Amino acid sequence: MRNRTVKVDYLARVEGEGGILVKIKEKSITDVQFNIFEPPRFFEAFLRGRHYTEAPDITARICGICPIAYQMSAIHAMEHAFGVTVDGQLRALRRLVYCGEWIESHALHVSMLHAPDFLGYQDVIQMAKDHPETVKQALQLKKTGNELVALLGGREIHPINLRVGGFHRVPTHRELKLLADRLNRAREAALNMVRWTATFPFPDFERDYEFVGLRHEAEYPFNEGRLVSSKGLNIAVSEYENHFVEEHVEHSNALHCVLRERGPYFVGPLARYNLNFDRLTPTAQEVARAAGIAPPCNNPFKSIIVRSVEMVYACEEALRIINEYEPPARSMVELNPRSGVGCGCTEAPRGILYHRYRVNEKGIITDARIVAPTSQNQKTMELDLRHFVPDRLDIPHERLTWQCEQVIRNYDPCISCATHFLRLDFDGT
Amino acid sequence: MKKEKKPKLAVWKFSSCDGCQLSLLDCEDELLTIADRIEIANFREASRQVLRGPYDISLVEGSITTPHDAERIHQVRRASKFLVTIGACATAGGIQALRNFKDVKEFVSLVYATPSYIETLNKSTPIADHVFVDFELRGCPISKTQLIDVLGALLVGRKPTTPTYSVCVECKQRGIVCGLVAFGPPCMGPVTQAGCNALCPSYHRGCYGCFGPKETPNTSALASYWRGLGMKNDELLRLHRSYNAYAEPFRKESEAHEK
Repeated sequence: MRNRTVKVDYLARVEGEGGILVKIKEKSITDVQFNIFEPPRFFEAFLRGRHYTEAPDITARICGICPIAYQMSAIHAMEHAFGVTVDGQLRALRRLVYCGEWIESHALHVSMLHAPDFLGYQDVIQMAKDHPETVKQALQLKKTGNELVALLGGREIHPINLRVGGFHRVPTHRELKLLADRLNRAREAALNMVRWTATFPFPDFERDYEFVGLRHEAEYPFNEGRLVSSKGLNIAVSEYENHFVEEHVEHSNALHCVLRERGPYFVGPLARYNLNFDRLTPTAQEVARAAGIAPPCNNPFKSIIVRSVEMVYACEEALRIINEYEPPARSMVELNPRSGVGCGCTEAPRGILYHRYRVNEKGIITDARIVAPTSQNQKTMELDLRHFVPDRLDIPHERLTWQCEQVIRNYDPCISCATHFLRLDFDGT
Repeated sequence: MKKEKKPKLAVWKFSSCDGCQLSLLDCEDELLTIADRIEIANFREASRQVLRGPYDISLVEGSITTPHDAERIHQVRRASKFLVTIGACATAGGIQALRNFKDVKEFVSLVYATPSYIETLNKSTPIADHVFVDFELRGCPISKTQLIDVLGALLVGRKPTTPTYSVCVECKQRGIVCGLVAFGPPCMGPVTQAGCNALCPSYHRGCYGCFGPKETPNTSALASYWRGLGMKNDELLRLHRSYNAYAEPFRKESEAHEK
């Protein structure tokens, strides 16, 4: 037992291709790597020379699970460059489509990718044999999220209806109202998910994280706000690059992002929740407290409960927007494209997603920068492994390996954004 | 009674966004039924469990962009009876095939600070450039309806019903006013294969070619029509050079507009 290695060649139940390596000598960890071997696709490079109107469609192709996030960050960055603000019902519709993406993405992760870990199943199909009603309810919840994205975006994956300035077509009152019934049922399903996930066995594991997320003056954040952290960061989105730096390391095709002053940080549902608990709806707050996760919650394993709480919020926010909806007279605001630089940061299901573009006077992109949530969490994920493993060296290999996978899945990593077969084996034992 | 053995399904990923394989998990109403009829034997995005091949059906997502993947696709082919490629990356090289028109070294240094860590091929190529493909499902992303149709067809041993006509036919079927005639260019519908049910036109937007070139597309006639309406070379180039840029008819048409 002197030297051992926890190794997962290809991580399952995550999006994209990555692996884990933990080397242990005596009782201390000598190396930890979360490897991303997903082939690089060079989006920032081929965005150069494209027209600004193409950025939302092109960047959506970075990720099949959170295309809305890419479209929203790209669109807000372009509007920032052009000095345009979109408000009123068009702004509300953008929040609504984001609610759909959070529900769809969170339901996928909670029920299909993450819950099987806690209950000891290989996958959701196996889990469905013992928990048929719960799985069916989760699938319906996911479907409602997808329906919301499909109505406003045209389709669930790589939506076509969002554009710089607004939408190609806005929904009718009736189209939205038809979704209200389903959303009411989805809200019940989300509440049940919170109660169900709260009963899972959670490892006793907490760390002192720096949580980073958007904070808006009145709302739980989707598209707007200041970038704040649990350790005092409070900046405008346009100052992002002064405070965050990316590093390129050999074992990863993603770039590691750190805070210039303080190093690794944590983005995603748990960060948003800890920073914005007071902006949740009363029902979401109440069910979260009852689930035993009153903030601050510093156990990343419990992010599965937080995702469920965010689904409750997203259903209620969607219902509010639908109730107050009045179709806007025009589907988009007037744009006067001009040369300049614009940046946008929105809350993807997995955390803050930053885009910055430089556009010339013809509306052609001359420079692009994109920082995905998973590359921001990568260092924190590695540190979690480094702290998690030493106290658990007496656990049998297979089980420790599975738990190490879980440490990574806590973050719902999207490796296409920043992977997916996972072979964990132990050497040298 | 003898228990019938379920056919084994594998899902493989190469360079892609995961959206097409996600389409399978997005079949919320059909997923548990599919799992009753088909053994999901190797699908990493959904399960830790991996059953050994050979597999009756392999769904392959993504394009070939690294030396390692160019090897791996041959292993996948050897392990598969029926290999179906899913989506624009697997059938045409995908959006990442935009590198095929440029020097990839320049791309690497634009994105990564230490380019020497990155291993990549000069071109992003479709699966059929490397191994025999039994069936191709187009789209960026694929259509769930077409995916379920293909799985159903394979289960009962019939031919899939995927049409190869243009998006225009779907517009006519749905009674959508022709945008190309009513409010001008650009709409790629006349040269793009159907499968989306005329999605963009139904949202008052021109088709931008997610399903790739239809059978026998007359891209040059459409391009000269647009030129007559005042479109410039760079616009024509970008229009043909997107999610199916390396599919031959679109590739040739975009090259025709290169200065």
